[in-house]
Amino acid sequence: MLGSNSIERFFIEVGDLSYFTKRFFKEVFSRPFEFKEFLRQCYNIGNRSLLLVGVTAFIIGLVITLQTRPTLQEFGAESWMPSMVSISIIREIGPVIIALTFAGRIASGIGAELGSMRVTEQIDAMEVSGTNPFKYLVITRILATTLMLPILVIIGDAIALYGSYIIENLKGDVSFRLYFNKALNALAFGDLVPATIKTFFFGFAIGLVGCFKGYYCEKGTVGVGLAANSAVVFASMLLFILDFIAVFITDIFFEI
Amino acid sequence: MTNRNDIQKKQSTKGNPIIKIENLMKSFGDNAVLKGFNLELYEGENLVIMGKSGSGKSVMIKCLIGLMEPDSGYIEIMGRDLSRLSRSDLDELRTEVGFLFQGSALYDSMTVRENLEFPLRRHKHKFGIVEDTTPLVEEALKNVGLLDAINLMPAELSGGMKRRIALARTLILKPKIILYDEPTSGLDPITSKEIIELMRNIQKQYKTSSLIITHDVDCARVVAERMILLVDGINYAEGTYNELASAQDKKIKAFFKH
Repeated sequence: MLGSNSIERFFIEVGDLSYFTKRFFKEVFSRPFEFKEFLRQCYNIGNRSLLLVGVTAFIIGLVITLQTRPTLQEFGAESWMPSMVSISIIREIGPVIIALTFAGRIASGIGAELGSMRVTEQIDAMEVSGTNPFKYLVITRILATTLMLPILVIIGDAIALYGSYIIENLKGDVSFRLYFNKALNALAFGDLVPATIKTFFFGFAIGLVGCFKGYYCEKGTVGVGLAANSAVVFASMLLFILDFIAVFITDIFFEI
Repeated sequence: MTNRNDIQKKQSTKGNPIIKIENLMKSFGDNAVLKGFNLELYEGENLVIMGKSGSGKSVMIKCLIGLMEPDSGYIEIMGRDLSRLSRSDLDELRTEVGFLFQGSALYDSMTVRENLEFPLRRHKHKFGIVEDTTPLVEEALKNVGLLDAINLMPAELSGGMKRRIALARTLILKPKIILYDEPTSGLDPITSKEIIELMRNIQKQYKTSSLIITHDVDCARVVAERMILLVDGINYAEGTYNELASAQDKKIKAFFKH
């Protein structure tokens, strides 16, 4: 059973995160804009995650197809494979698994980076030199994760479908054109748009939590490890909550 | 040791203080760290604040530069009340006040050149519009004797070199005041002497006023024109090094034991 201290700490954490979010929205539109640093973060964050996301997505495509094929075969419904795989990957599996992979890599990276900057007084040095560290370090990273995750998810979805096509081609002798025709024809507006929109929120949540944990890191080097670790745990938990909300709203508007 | 009235008489000949702190208080929960600290730093002066670890020296200096908010008290830098400054005014004022951090605080992900260029990005106007900052960077590095390190990363530097580069980064905006937070801590005696010598040269060359926080008696002996002993969050004693070193008070004597 959770103790009252844990519950209290949890609510304090949520409160602090809310203030942090409020500060983000207050400062994101005010000058000066750190555009160059934002682009650098986009490159770093996108580039650093591309290989991992690509490999993960490819394996997801392979595994889903391999595991589902025997069941569909039993009912003589192998021809439904491309549409089934595309809908499940685009709607849910792609965004969630890629976001979780991204959280593992980026939220922990940001948490550790900002945490070590905090404990070695680099953030204070930035403040003293007349640069707003919140704008330079936090806002640029949150915007970069918000923008990069949807792009990575789109790339990852395509790679996952390609992985699925390879299995279908090997086992069922399906051509590239036929597979992707079936896969893409099965998708509707209600599959693509909500799934893409929710990835912006996932990206925002991952950047926000990573920055929050790192920016307020305490207790020296031990704190840096804790910041990195708790950033991943908190971000992953938040992803599932956001996913539930996104699916709930999508269900209301698109009747999935 | 001189009493506070004598010091104030001497100081009245020096004009207005460039930094003034009155009745500064700061607590963390139930732990009162500063309990009414006072300070006046005059133009061109080297003032050393000595105190044991945990006596509130670093907290005081962080309140002074606006990194921490005091619970109460008055802080004035170059005639401006710190509590009334907007963010942009504070940033502007900070170009006149350099801060050397205890652990150097160099940006790990940047080269030495980028570290030195960083403070210039918001304050180029101080030197006119400078597109090419290389001359300014090279001048600052030459003054600390590390021009060759311009393209190195902080991880490739020794502790003493890091401290020198941090000092060069502090100097690049040509501040009128430099705040040193434990400038010799963690350094071997030879490197400490080099840093102390460098601090003296910089003061002569840039004509800065310096506020030095340290528990290093050797550093205080060489650098201090005046000293304040910070004990239990208050000014326990003030005077020159010789005055304090020859005092009979037990608490003061404890500072000067080797």
